[in-house]
Amino acid sequence: MSTAVDISLTVNGERVSRRVEARRHLVDFLRLDLELMGTRTGCEHGMCGACTVRVNGNIVRGCLLLAVALDGADVETIEGASQSGELRDLQDAFIARNACQCGYCTPGMLLTAADLLSVNPRPTRAQIREHLCGNYCRCTGYHAIIDAVEATAASRNAKSGP
Amino acid sequence: MSDIIDPGSVDRPNSYIGKSLPRPNAKTLVEGLGRYVDDIVLPRMVHVAFVRSPHAHARLLAIDGTAAMALPGVMRVFTGGDLSPHCEPWVATLAHLKGMKSAPQHPLPLERATWVGEALAAVVAESRAAAEDAVAHVRVDYEPLPAVVDMEGALLAATPVIHAELGDNLCFERVNETGKVEEAFAHAHKIAEATFYSGRHTGLTLEPRSILADFNRASGRLTVYHSTQAPHMMQGVFAKHMRLSEGDVRVICGDVGGSYGIKVHVYPDEVAVAVIAKLMGRPVKFIADRLESFASDIHARDHRIRARMAVDATGRITAIDVDDLTGIGPYSVYPRTSAVEGNQVVNLVGGPYDFANLRARTTVVFQNKTPTCQYRAVGHPIATAVTEGLVDLAAEVLDLDPVEFRRRNLMKDGSYPRTSPAGMKFEGLSHEASLTKLVSMMDYPALRSEQERLRQEGVHRGIGIASFIELTNPSPFMYGVGGARISAQDGCSVRIDPDGSVVAASGVTEQGQGTEAILRQIVAEAVGVPIADVRVLTGDTLITPYGGGTWACRGAGIGGEAALRAGLAVKDAALKIAGAMLQAGPDAFDIVDGQIVERTSGLARMPLAELARIVYFRGDTLPPDLPRELMQTRHFITKEYPFAFTNGVQACWLEVDVDTGIVRLLKHWCVEDCGRVINPLLVDEQVRGGIVQGLGGALYEHCIYSPEGQLLVGSMADYLVPMAAEMPDIEVGHVETPTKESLLGAKGAGEAGTAGAPAAVMNAINDALRPFGAKVFAQPFTPERILAALGKVPTRWPEPARSSTRMMSPARTGALAPPAPGFLSRLFRRA
Repeated sequence: MSTAVDISLTVNGERVSRRVEARRHLVDFLRLDLELMGTRTGCEHGMCGACTVRVNGNIVRGCLLLAVALDGADVETIEGASQSGELRDLQDAFIARNACQCGYCTPGMLLTAADLLSVNPRPTRAQIREHLCGNYCRCTGYHAIIDAVEATAASRNAKSGP
Repeated sequence: MSDIIDPGSVDRPNSYIGKSLPRPNAKTLVEGLGRYVDDIVLPRMVHVAFVRSPHAHARLLAIDGTAAMALPGVMRVFTGGDLSPHCEPWVATLAHLKGMKSAPQHPLPLERATWVGEALAAVVAESRAAAEDAVAHVRVDYEPLPAVVDMEGALLAATPVIHAELGDNLCFERVNETGKVEEAFAHAHKIAEATFYSGRHTGLTLEPRSILADFNRASGRLTVYHSTQAPHMMQGVFAKHMRLSEGDVRVICGDVGGSYGIKVHVYPDEVAVAVIAKLMGRPVKFIADRLESFASDIHARDHRIRARMAVDATGRITAIDVDDLTGIGPYSVYPRTSAVEGNQVVNLVGGPYDFANLRARTTVVFQNKTPTCQYRAVGHPIATAVTEGLVDLAAEVLDLDPVEFRRRNLMKDGSYPRTSPAGMKFEGLSHEASLTKLVSMMDYPALRSEQERLRQEGVHRGIGIASFIELTNPSPFMYGVGGARISAQDGCSVRIDPDGSVVAASGVTEQGQGTEAILRQIVAEAVGVPIADVRVLTGDTLITPYGGGTWACRGAGIGGEAALRAGLAVKDAALKIAGAMLQAGPDAFDIVDGQIVERTSGLARMPLAELARIVYFRGDTLPPDLPRELMQTRHFITKEYPFAFTNGVQACWLEVDVDTGIVRLLKHWCVEDCGRVINPLLVDEQVRGGIVQGLGGALYEHCIYSPEGQLLVGSMADYLVPMAAEMPDIEVGHVETPTKESLLGAKGAGEAGTAGAPAAVMNAINDALRPFGAKVFAQPFTPERILAALGKVPTRWPEPARSSTRMMSPARTGALAPPAPGFLSRLFRRA
C-alpha cells in the first residue's frame, strides 16, 4: 500500500527532490530524509513549537504539515537561517542572556522571535510574550528569552536610528 | 590555597568564579547543532514501539504478535516472557526507609497490566512508523481486574490488593514526632487548620525520554546513548540486571533536552530496549512520543495533607501536625524509590521556623495509575505549601501581617548550626536577611497600599510570601545507606595538554542548567588559565570519573568542588615542574592567565604551554626524579552534614478575576541563598525556570484520571503548561552563606524556585480573596476551584472519599474490542 509521491522543493536554498510517503510530516521529512536535526519533535500536536520552520517565509509547525504538500515550496530551517547569518544578533543575545538552557526549544523559539521582529521592530514585553506563547520552554521560565528578544530589538533600532 | 575563592578577588586576572559568563555549549544549541539521542543514527539501527495497556488493571491472558509480524518492515515482537530470562527483575525499596515494600518489576510485565500506558509488548521494525503500525495489530487478551484508583481508599479492607504477595496496598509509612504535640495543641492560643491537595503532575521534558542501545556480540559490550541525568547509575543498572560486567556497559549522555528529575529513573521500557539490543545484536532506538510521555514518564506530587498549626498569644508557633497521604502508582520506581517524596514532606515541613513540637506522618500507597517518583524539588513544594499556608492562616487568626508573623517565627540568622524539629541539620541559613531583602526588593508597604487602593475599585490583587529551605549537596544518607548504587561522591580529572590548554572530565552531567559552564569557570580559575583554553567533558561512563550525575542540586556543590580541587592539584603539579625548570622553589611561582609568573613580582617567566611542551616532548631535559603528572583527579563527598541546606523566600503578586476565577500573575520575586554563587547569570535562570515550573503545578498542570483509572490528559492540548504570555517577570536576589564543608562554598540552586512558587501563589490567591472569606488549598488553582471557593459554581473537587475500586468491564476483551472509555485507551489501541 505505497502512497509515495515525488516532490521537489528548496530547503535552505538547495534544490531537493525526494519520494515521500503521503503521511510523512514535514518535521520527519527534514529529520529523517534530509538529516536536518535542528528541527525538533516535541508534542506532535502543534502545541509546543519545537518543530517551527519557515515555509515560503512564514513560520509553520513541522508536525502539522505534510511533506507532500510542499512540492515547489521554499523551506528554511534553523540550519539555513543560522548559516545565512540573519539570526546572528538574536542568537548572540540568547547566548549572552542565557535564554537557552537545554536548547531543545531554541531553534523554534529563535525562528518565532525573528518572525516577530520582522513585522514589529519595536515590540513591548507583552507583545513578545504574546508572539512566543506557542513555543514551550520548560527550562528558562521565559523571562530571559523575553529579555534577549527585547535587547535584540533595541540594538537593531539603535543601529537603524529612530 | 583558598585565596582562589576569596569573593573579593573576582576582578583579578583569570578569576572566573562569581562572574556572569555565557555557557560554552550555547553557541552550538542556538544553531540547532546540539546532538540529542534522536539525532544519532547508527548502521543497522532498528526502532521500537510499545503496545501499552488501555486498562488500569488487567490480567494478561495472551499476547499474539502474528498479525503484526506479517506487516512490512516488522522484525520482532517481544513480550515480557521473551525478555525475562535475560533480565533480573528489580524491587525498588531502600533499607533505611523502614518497612518499605514494593513488588518485583520486569522490563515488560509477565502477568498483569497495572496502569494505563504500561508497556506490555515491544514491536521492533525498520522504522518507528512501521513499528507503530504493527502495534495496532498485536492482539492482547485481557481480563480486566478491579482497579485501585483513589488513594484515600487504597488501604480499606474492601479494596483489592494490587500485589497479593505484599498483603496490602501500603508501600511505606513514617511518623516523625518531636516534643509534646498534643499538649501544645491543647494549650494553643489559636489553631490554624486546613487540608491541602497537591495535584498529580509531570515533568514534560520537551525532549521525550530517549534511548539508543547497541550491543556488540563479538566484544560482549553494551553501549547506550541515553537522555539521562545519571549515566554511571544507569551503567550499573544495565550491568546488574542484564548480567553484564559493569566494565562492559558504556552509557553516553550527550545533549539532554530537559530532565528535571524525569530522567533520573529506571524505566522498564528503556531497560526492555537494552535487552532487545542484546538479543538482536544491533542498535535499537526508542524515542517516546508525547502520548507515551504522559502515560509512562513518572508523575509526581499526588498528595493530600491534613495539617494544623498551634500558636501562642505572642504570635509564636508552638506546634505543627501534618498527615500526608500519597498515591504512587503500582510500583515504587527503581532505584530511588517512590517513598522519598512523602519522606521529604516529613523531613521538610515547618523547615524555616523555630518551634519545638512537630508530628509529621506520611502514608505512601499503591494504586493503578502511572508510577510517581522524584521530580524537581521532590517534596519541597508540598512541604512548603503546607507550612506557608498554615503560616498565613495563623497570621490571619492572630490579625498579624504575614511578614511580621514570619519575622517572629523564622529561625534567627545567628542561631546556627542547629537541628530542626524534624531532625534536619542546618549549617548556616539566612531566613531573616533573605526576608528583609525580599521586602525591600518588592517594596512591600507600597504594594500593600496599592492592593488596598485597588480593592476599593473592585480589583482584587494578592500578595503571597513563602519562606523555604532546600536540601542540596546530598551525602550517602540520601540513597547509599539504603542500599542503592547511587554515588553521592563525584570526581573530576583535569589535565594540561601540550599547548597549555586544559581538559576537565567530570562525573556530573549537563542537562542545560550549565554544569559544564561552571566547571569551566572553576577549572580555569583553579589552574590559572584563560577560560577559552578549558574544555569540559561530561556524560560518558568510559571516560569521566565515576559519579552520581545530576540530582538533588549537587552539580555545583559536589562536582564543582571536585573540579576545584583537581584544578588546584594540577596547578600544584605544574608549579613543581616550573620550580625545577626555573631553579627556584615551587612556592616562588603562580600561574596567571596561562603564564608562569613570579608570585611576589607578578613577572611572567614562561608560558604554561612552554612548560607543557617540555614535559611532553623534551622530558629528557628535566631532572629524572621530577614528577611530571600534568593530570590530576580529585573526588569530593560531603562528610559533616548529610545535606547542605539552602534557604530563600519568594513573593507573588497577582490578580484574581472574581467573575471568571482566572488568575493573572503580575510579578514574582525570589531571594535565594545557595552559598557561593559561581555564575549569577546561570543561578538566576535556574531560579526563574524553577519558579515557572512551580507555577505550572500550582495553576495549570494536572494529570487527571477518570474513576476507572483512565488518564484523561494525553496531549499538550489538554495538559496545560506555563507559556510565555501567562508568566510574569521574575526578580531574583541573593544572600550568600557559603558552606564551610568545601573550599568553593557552593550549595545547590536548581530546585529552590520550584520549592517555593506554589506556596507563594496559593497565599497570594487567598490574600486576594480575603474580602470574600474564600480560600483555596487544592492545586492546581483552576478558575473552577476559585469560583467554587467564592460560592459561584458548585464544588466538584476535591470530591468526598468514594469507593476506590471500579470494575472496568465484567467481560473479557480481546485486542480489537472496545475497552473502557477513555482518551488513552482509544489512542493506545489505534484500533
